[in-house]
Amino acid sequence: MGILNYKFEKSNIVIASLDGLLNWARLSSLYQMQFGLACCAIEMMAASASNFDIMRFGVIPRATPRQCDVMIVSGTVTLKMATRIKRLFDQMPEPRYVISMGSCSNCGGPYWEHGYHVLKGVDRVIPVDVYVPGCPPRPEALLEGLIKLQEKVRQESLAKKTI
Amino acid sequence: MNPQEIHDNLKAKFGAAVSDAKLDAIQPWIGITPDGILEVCQFLHGEAGFEFDFLSCLSGVDYNDGKLGVVYHLFSMPQKHKIALKAICTKEKPHVQSVSQVWGTANWHEREAYDMFGIVFDGHPDLRRILCGDDYPGHPLRKDFKVPEFYNGMKVPY
Repeated sequence: MGILNYKFEKSNIVIASLDGLLNWARLSSLYQMQFGLACCAIEMMAASASNFDIMRFGVIPRATPRQCDVMIVSGTVTLKMATRIKRLFDQMPEPRYVISMGSCSNCGGPYWEHGYHVLKGVDRVIPVDVYVPGCPPRPEALLEGLIKLQEKVRQESLAKKTI
Repeated sequence: MNPQEIHDNLKAKFGAAVSDAKLDAIQPWIGITPDGILEVCQFLHGEAGFEFDFLSCLSGVDYNDGKLGVVYHLFSMPQKHKIALKAICTKEKPHVQSVSQVWGTANWHEREAYDMFGIVFDGHPDLRRILCGDDYPGHPLRKDFKVPEFYNGMKVPY
């Protein structure tokens, strides 16, 4: 069963649950914050380009956090950048989601031991919905992460807040 | 001009400013006192026959025996010769003259050496940290540097 439970052909009326309708709208147009941090950003750009075409999932890059639904943290989060990331996240309107892309933003990656300047995981400053492993992840992996996020959004409910 | 000739010329002109040298190394270098480095660099840059117009690299070093150093790799486009200079200072008094008025390249390189090693370049027009945040504690490439437990409320160690 899709999101449309009933459809009356002649009178142009459809019946759907509000949850289902809202979730469908949200997951079909996850506007992405247009920023990249490191080499993962190159893979993210490849995912946006014609071969992988992330736009077919409704992901459109927006240049301001006020218009964004999802932040893809694509790369090494330095301590200097972490405060900026936190601020950008705070500027996003709810509901907002975060995809942590690559080992660096998942857990510090290759800088986990001697990275005096690297935050060991972006989840130390902002809540993360989906972690995409890889160094850097292929564009397919990012698409997989995005689909996982869509599945998560599909399960949301107005009555029971999940995030 | 080979390294030996460069060294002899500097020794004759500046004398006490030239501390030591190793001219049979793979990269021959000449040691210069931190107070004489600006004079020597101005000479090497401007004098006919030397014409070191290109600062290939400027790096900081912690020798781990109480000494810090700045290493200058110079190259001359017209003369096609090269030399390295070393200015050694102590950790207690980490002051070296800035050469940013001789080569514009030195500006950012000196800021990096200041950021990473805490070497203060006297006469630098804008000596601020270039990579770490302004409030970062300490100079991270020094051998005795300890990673801070917290930075601005964020836990740093893994």
